[in-house]
Amino acid sequence: MTAETGSGGPTADPTGLARLRDYVEGPNTVGNSKGFWIGFLVAVVALSAYPLAVGSYQASRFSLFLVYAFLGLSLSVVWGYAGVLSFGQVVFFGVAGYTFGVVSVNFATPAGITAAFAVGILGGAVMAFVLGYFMFYGGVRNVYVTIITLVSTLVLHTFMAQTAGDEWTIGQAALGGFNGMPTIPNLAFGVGGAAIMFDSVTFYYLVLGLLVATYLGLRVLVNSDYGRVMVAVREDEDRTRMFGYDVKRVKLAVFTLGGALAGLSGVLYASWGNYMSPGVFELTFASLPVIWVSVGGRKTLLGAVGATVGIEFFRNSLGGELAFIIVGALLLVFILGLPGGIVPWVHQTYLDMRDDGSAPDPPETAAEVSDP
Amino acid sequence: MVNGLNLLFQFLDSFAFIVLAAGGLAIIFGIMGVINLAHGEFIMVGAYATTLANIRLGLPLPAAMLVGVVVTALFGLLVERVVISGWLPNLVAQRTLGRNVIEPLYDRLADSMVATWGLSLIMVQGIRVTLGNSLDQIGTPLGKIAYSGFSYSTYRVLLAGVALAVLGFTYYVFTRTEYGMRARATIQDEDTARALGVDTERTYMTTFAFGSGLAGLTGALYAPTVTMVPGLGSSFLVEAFVAVVVGGPSVVLGTTLAGGLLGAINALFSNLVGTFFGRIALLVTAIVMIRFLPDGITGFVERLRERREEA
Repeated sequence: MTAETGSGGPTADPTGLARLRDYVEGPNTVGNSKGFWIGFLVAVVALSAYPLAVGSYQASRFSLFLVYAFLGLSLSVVWGYAGVLSFGQVVFFGVAGYTFGVVSVNFATPAGITAAFAVGILGGAVMAFVLGYFMFYGGVRNVYVTIITLVSTLVLHTFMAQTAGDEWTIGQAALGGFNGMPTIPNLAFGVGGAAIMFDSVTFYYLVLGLLVATYLGLRVLVNSDYGRVMVAVREDEDRTRMFGYDVKRVKLAVFTLGGALAGLSGVLYASWGNYMSPGVFELTFASLPVIWVSVGGRKTLLGAVGATVGIEFFRNSLGGELAFIIVGALLLVFILGLPGGIVPWVHQTYLDMRDDGSAPDPPETAAEVSDP
Repeated sequence: MVNGLNLLFQFLDSFAFIVLAAGGLAIIFGIMGVINLAHGEFIMVGAYATTLANIRLGLPLPAAMLVGVVVTALFGLLVERVVISGWLPNLVAQRTLGRNVIEPLYDRLADSMVATWGLSLIMVQGIRVTLGNSLDQIGTPLGKIAYSGFSYSTYRVLLAGVALAVLGFTYYVFTRTEYGMRARATIQDEDTARALGVDTERTYMTTFAFGSGLAGLTGALYAPTVTMVPGLGSSFLVEAFVAVVVGGPSVVLGTTLAGGLLGAINALFSNLVGTFFGRIALLVTAIVMIRFLPDGITGFVERLRERREEA
């Protein structure tokens, strides 16, 4: 616990590494110790070695779980940090995926696909901005936000399910109703000959790299001054407003960022399976991010990533009939018995063990249970 | 083709569907502050119990429906004791660990949503594992109303009458009975009610069982008309959810008004542009309503009344 001051104040020894740690450490994240960063490095190295150990098929399967991790992170930021429980992260996920599909099918060159990547993420962000503006500037609060996002998911599901037929063809891309949109090309970056195409193993490394960058970037964000305002909005909206912060604008900005992250996840998902279908707007799928984030601990980014990858790996490996029963039971047990989630609980237990209960300043208790 | 009589039947049909689907959900939400996302699965339990009693045990349909209601109410009671109030786990934990492990989900909206969602996943998949992907269906009784090229199931039109009866019964229970008075006292001010000797814990338990019983009734009534698959609850949940939110805090009046409004919109758009758009119109209406009337129709009516009294 060397850099306890977080990003707020400069520490005594501004060497390169210490200054870097100042940015990514703070009271809003779990894992502010040397031991954590060593573990983090080990995990990244292990994940990098994974495709070499198991081959390209398994790597490709695993990259889907990493793709979902962005979706988990998006909900963690929106719900865990800003206190807005969105049941509609899949809306932005799906809109971005479909946007990527439509653009990349019509412009199936590397340059076109690169543009589609950007346009897809933008699509998710714009969708979130519009919905968020409608809600937050309209005074919709608490559980009603959840309900609107939930209903938005259902609207899109119903709408996309009826897009079979020629009138729903955009350029060369047919939306395809229930059957969905096949033949979405693989992801590629670059122009013409200087392009890199991503499939199975290269796609895995791309996703892993993006995930590590996103995780560290979000750590910087939540430990910055803005991150403190986000947490303040979560903890007490009215008091934050009293202090002169524009709560609506903060919520809208965070919600839009969440939309972009979910959009990134959706774009990667569409190019991973070369396929989009209205299934991504189903209630079951919409609930998965809530499950991941609840189990992992919604107030930690690490929990969101870990639980997403863990649960999806487990669910996928188990497959079949029992998977959802176990996932449902997990959700029940964690919401009832461990409302803070696994990671904060493990963290707290670790601190208690190390300091034998005399820890001077436990960073955050997991006892807060009744967020709106 | 828009046809007056057809439109009317369709309206009655959607009105009944929305009111019956929403009844139990509205009561549990209104009184306990618990959003039961497993409400659709409670309806499924009612439908399955009815069908099984009818087909496997050979009971006549009305008796089978009664079985459906009772089974779902008992199931609701069990869920309340185990999950919502955590009474049973806490009892066990008291004996073994010497402390409570679960805090009741009352008035914890987001947590109750997430927990009951987990419950619904377990229920859907549990039914699928134990009873398979589908079940034989009871035929729809009472035949059809046919007129000049159109026909409508008599049974489904009759359900509109049943929906009104359910609303009337609920109104009676909450305004004229001892239990209803306690329940309303608990909504008004839980602490004061408890101080005055109302066993709020028991009120909650009864309320959850009552709401579950209504869900069971809905399942029993619709058992002859829906395809018996484990996921059948989700189609009820959405309409129920939307109706509760649009209706607002007053259970009976809110559900009636929301059922009327949403039923009309659904019938109109279904007739004009097709079933898909009927559903989309219904959902979009809900979103717009929440945006402009966050307390629903009855909250709005209440506010107007207060303003008039002040003036």
